[in-house]
Amino acid sequence: MPETISLSALPVGGRGCVLTVNAAPAMARRLEDLGLIPGTCVTCEARGARGGPGAYRIRGALIALRQSDAQGVTVTPQAVSP
Amino acid sequence: MSAPVSAPTLALIGNPNVGKSTLFNALTGLHQHTGNWAGKTVGSAQGVCTWRGRTYTLVDLPGTYSLDTRSPEERLTLDYLAQGKADVTVVVCDATCLERGLILALQVLDVAPRTVVCVNLMDEAQRLGIQVDLSALSRQLQAPVVGLSAARQEGLEELLTAVEALTDLPRPCQHCPHARTCVSAAGRVHLAEQYAAQSVRDHAAQRLQRQQRWDRILLSPWAGIPLLLLLLAGVLWITITGANLPSALLSQGFDWLGAHLEVWLGGWPSWLSSLLLDGVYRVTAWVVAVMLPPMAIFFPLFTLLEDFGYLPRAAFLLDRSFQKAGACGKQALTMAVSLGCNACAVTGCRIIDSPRERLIATLTASLMPCNGKFPTLIALLSLGLMAGGGAAGSLASAALLLGALLLAALVTLLSSRLLAATVLRGTPSSFTLELPPFRLPQVRQVLVRSLLDRTLFVLGRAVCVAAPAGAVIWLLAHITLGDATLLARLSALLDPAARLFGLDGVILLAFILGWPANEIVIPIMLMAYLNLGTLVSYGDLHALGALLTQQGWTWVTAACTLLFSLFHWPCSTTCITLYKETGSLRWTLLAAALPTAIGLMLCALVAAAARVIGA
Repeated sequence: MPETISLSALPVGGRGCVLTVNAAPAMARRLEDLGLIPGTCVTCEARGARGGPGAYRIRGALIALRQSDAQGVTVTPQAVSP
Repeated sequence: MSAPVSAPTLALIGNPNVGKSTLFNALTGLHQHTGNWAGKTVGSAQGVCTWRGRTYTLVDLPGTYSLDTRSPEERLTLDYLAQGKADVTVVVCDATCLERGLILALQVLDVAPRTVVCVNLMDEAQRLGIQVDLSALSRQLQAPVVGLSAARQEGLEELLTAVEALTDLPRPCQHCPHARTCVSAAGRVHLAEQYAAQSVRDHAAQRLQRQQRWDRILLSPWAGIPLLLLLLAGVLWITITGANLPSALLSQGFDWLGAHLEVWLGGWPSWLSSLLLDGVYRVTAWVVAVMLPPMAIFFPLFTLLEDFGYLPRAAFLLDRSFQKAGACGKQALTMAVSLGCNACAVTGCRIIDSPRERLIATLTASLMPCNGKFPTLIALLSLGLMAGGGAAGSLASAALLLGALLLAALVTLLSSRLLAATVLRGTPSSFTLELPPFRLPQVRQVLVRSLLDRTLFVLGRAVCVAAPAGAVIWLLAHITLGDATLLARLSALLDPAARLFGLDGVILLAFILGWPANEIVIPIMLMAYLNLGTLVSYGDLHALGALLTQQGWTWVTAACTLLFSLFHWPCSTTCITLYKETGSLRWTLLAAALPTAIGLMLCALVAAAARVIGA
């Protein structure tokens, strides 16, 4: 799958591998500490109300990110085995 | 370099929510409060641990994701380690999420060579089907690695043995560069990935799926919010229903004891025995009888939810509202803490990274009613309801109390928004919120800890305040100035102003005198009304209702008293904490003025509306 989408567009249950991380320096650092760097594959596990945060499985931990923050991360969607 | 002194220092460091506090408690026998959410430990705790004749000083550093972010607390942690203040450092990792823990462990190993890597939650990992090869990990990290289940106190000896071995090593030169310094942060992430891949066998898929299914429901907007409300209502209902009987029994017991005390104090001067009995004893007994049962039920229930891992999920569900208000989603966590104690919530605001959003949460912390206000709220609500007893009555009380809490939450959000639009303008900052795996709470430990540490602590504080307050109110009611008592004069003085807000002089005076603790507002009010006749016992709502009606109370008075008890100045402990946390008298005053202004405004509105409709 060649297309890239933003992390915030990943559907619940969808999996994607990070291409780029575009965030303010402090947030970029924090994401790095959590292990979210280019190449990391994450799954979207839940999504709040429209405009609300999403919950992403990042290296084994479940982390909630606001939509505005997740928009700065681009991912390549991966096929999910059922 | 001098040899290590007799008490080597042992620093505990780790990601938030990996069980550091549990390990600290297990090692020191202390009882620092633990909970299943990131940021539970905001300050650093110190304790002492003795092992094979050697005494160690333990420092529990606040949870951190890394050592070089811009956050001031993480900076402090880095400096602490880099300056070699700790003789041995213990990095605590979560076996169920080892890869992330290793990112931090690698950083710590760079700055603090004498480090033990401790893989905690081994029991949980085993349950989830995760196997960690500790010796492989130790080889890769070139550092001692110990497996541990801190909650079960398993592996403590191995950890201390490893610590002992490192302590006995010659102290390293602090300026020698350490052999393994990673080039970049990304390099460290890759290294952690590689190490974890080689030492962890993960068969967790099935368990993980079960957690995922729960989270899909608990975190979804359609089911999550109703469940959150239902859960809160359930907790309140259990608290109210469960507290009725013990409150009545305690009240009877105190009456019985009071009668005996009266006989015993028979020979004393009558003013002294009256001061002690009617003043000090009655108010203290009231506070204990009314407060202890709801607290002894509410705190453990709350702690169970905390241990289970529900609170961050509630924050997730509510984040959108906080985002709209220009505040941080973690404020939902501090609001929940507020329900237990406002002062604790003010301290807890440190989990919010952005100074602007932290201040918003701090200033609005006392808008949520604390546990000490519950009995007052419940009494006023039931009074308005005049519902008979039984399950229906307590169900209605719980629903009304839930309504009061929702009103408080709404006011908190609106005030946050107001602050964010005026004195605390700025853009919402980025934040990450960790949703920990569900953990079965350790019920026995929760009960003991929340009863002993929280309930008795808060109760003790309330009693310390209630006893002198009882004496003060007794003196006010007995010292006469001209033809009236001081109490009557003071309340007459306040009366015209209080009437504007649908209250009366006595109510306002009770709130002012109740500044040291919210729990004593109602007893003061009653003593003032009765001018020290007998204090009506708590269980008798009808007698209370009759008394208040006799004093000219209408439903407007009850509604305004309710609103004012929800929103008025924070108690003295909270005010002191506010000053300590903000370091500024101006912010403290604003934090006190905000709820007061809101309360007065709402009361004035209700009073004016009542006048218009002629009630």
